[in-house]
Amino acid sequence: MILELLLTSAPDWAIRHAAVLVVVVPLIMAPILALSPSGRLAWFLALLATAASTYFAILTLGIVQSTPGGIIEYWIGNWYLIGIEFRVDALNAMILLIVSGMAFLATVFAWPTILADVEKQKISLFLCAFLLCFAGLCGVAATGDAFNLFVFLEISSLSTYVLVAMGARNDRRALPAAFDYLIVGTLAASFYIIGVGFLYAATGTLNMAEMAAQLPALAGNRSVQVGFAFIVVGLGLKAAMWPLHQWLPNAYSYSPSFVTMFLAATATKVALYALIRWLFTIFNPDYSFEQAIFTWVLAPLGIAAMVICSFQAVFQTDVRRMLAYSSVAQVGYMILGISIATAAGVSAGLLHLFNHSLMKGALFMALAGVCLTYKGTTVRDFAGLGRSAPFTMSAFAIAGLSLIGVPLTAGFMSKLQLGYALFDHGWWWAVLFVVFSSFLAVFYVGRLLQAIFFEAPANPGRHRKEAPLIVLVPLWILALANIYFGIDASFPVGLANDGAAAALGLEALQ
Amino acid sequence: MKGDHHMILRVIAKCLIPLILIYAFYVQFHGEVGAGGAFQAGVVLAVALILHSLVFGLTATMRAVPPWFTRALSAVGVLVYAGVGVWAMLNGGAYLEYQALFLEPPGGHDGQHAGIIIIELGVLFAVSGGLSTIFYALAGRVAEIRDEDW
Repeated sequence: MILELLLTSAPDWAIRHAAVLVVVVPLIMAPILALSPSGRLAWFLALLATAASTYFAILTLGIVQSTPGGIIEYWIGNWYLIGIEFRVDALNAMILLIVSGMAFLATVFAWPTILADVEKQKISLFLCAFLLCFAGLCGVAATGDAFNLFVFLEISSLSTYVLVAMGARNDRRALPAAFDYLIVGTLAASFYIIGVGFLYAATGTLNMAEMAAQLPALAGNRSVQVGFAFIVVGLGLKAAMWPLHQWLPNAYSYSPSFVTMFLAATATKVALYALIRWLFTIFNPDYSFEQAIFTWVLAPLGIAAMVICSFQAVFQTDVRRMLAYSSVAQVGYMILGISIATAAGVSAGLLHLFNHSLMKGALFMALAGVCLTYKGTTVRDFAGLGRSAPFTMSAFAIAGLSLIGVPLTAGFMSKLQLGYALFDHGWWWAVLFVVFSSFLAVFYVGRLLQAIFFEAPANPGRHRKEAPLIVLVPLWILALANIYFGIDASFPVGLANDGAAAALGLEALQ
Repeated sequence: MKGDHHMILRVIAKCLIPLILIYAFYVQFHGEVGAGGAFQAGVVLAVALILHSLVFGLTATMRAVPPWFTRALSAVGVLVYAGVGVWAMLNGGAYLEYQALFLEPPGGHDGQHAGIIIIELGVLFAVSGGLSTIFYALAGRVAEIRDEDW
């Protein structure tokens, strides 16, 4: 209903260019921000850009859902079949919506945390890097060209390194964290581009749809298989697939709190989307080598991430590290869902991707609020905060419960879908691991909640002090979304089902 | 500059820098028929600036080409490039569709010519500005080279 209203009220140019404007608006706003003299103006412009991008992303979703084939094709420069294509179907439309929506909420709450974390004269450049990162992530999600995906991946990664390194003002350990991420991210990008090179040599095209059409004829071609392996490893590194996740805990723990929140909610999700695109749309699960990868590589790695990183999260004393390890574990759930390679499995993975960005967004936003008012991120620092900051902490608690997968929260819904998909596929034993990992989540989230609500404050001198309103409003939007989508999941489930159907090239599922 | 140190270096550099600049523009405009293009031209432009700062010192170069200028230049370069895309959009074409720039009928080539030249100009700005900014950032971190260390 809202979508239809938007579609009918949108001007013609917006409908025609929606898919490309999602990326172009932040891309143009970024250099303007670099020229902006005042930080406040820069923040306002960034807010405008992310809001416009979100609008176009919603519009794109509406167009995709209302066109018969469910695909938007947009040839940049009108170079049909020669140039770069932006190709949006139900799968990328969903990712675009997640990325731009989270970027908008992140920008809204960013202002007080930026003031606290970033030097005054660097604020506009900082926001410029943020918009570039956002434009890069949207570009990865929107493009239909294998090489262009690499370019956008680099745009987002390079600006991410800058954003992570900006944490050095509060904690010098941000510098090695950013450097590690730079090395690993560059490795990932090189692996990806080597893979694309092999495939280009074999198929003679960089367009994803063209490539997909040519690959069946090349079954058994060794360079196709090598390219596939390189791409899976490269994107796996970017998506923090266990055991390629070592860059993530440090990058999340030491970067400015606003950056952590934005990255946790979007960056690995986009890499995971690219992986799904390669695994299902360009390559095909029917290929024997891909079937082997699903069963013997992705599924075991997903399960290992779920169990091992949940264990690691239990033993962390710093809340940000705890949540970062939990993020790797949650990526494990998504990988497990993908590795089932059925429509139900991919849909469960996508649903968890959607829900995870809601809950991690809320958790890290609440954490940023705590950083802002109490300047501490260890579990001890959280003791007694339930009494001094009840609103911030109850939103934190809701998102934490959603992370565990308590019924009536979004996390429960996606784990339920994942369980169904696993049972349908006959992998009942994997359900045991899902339950066990959720059980570990009870421990690490429970430890935090116990400290927050039941322990006496470590420092009794603390007064009642909430996070500022501008943090609380987006925080509660996310927290309530966690509850709403836990009760009525029809919207995200519909998105995920359509996305999975588009990825696998099926008709809509329902 | 005091004294007669490195007089040969200075004189040669003074002769070379204009040549390097001209060569940069040659590479820029010759890109469509030979080796070269805006990226290389931007690098050559930045090289002229780096040579200047090596010979005359970083402070002199920063006085001639201030860091805020190089930073703004790279931002403006991106804006020029993206702006051409939006210009085409405003005229009813696809993003970056040069044919639409001047609303020509099919067969006209002015838009194609102008579009590619303006875009290459944007790349030149962005690359030379970006590289100079990186050089300033790196060079500004260490003490300047003393005369004895040459």
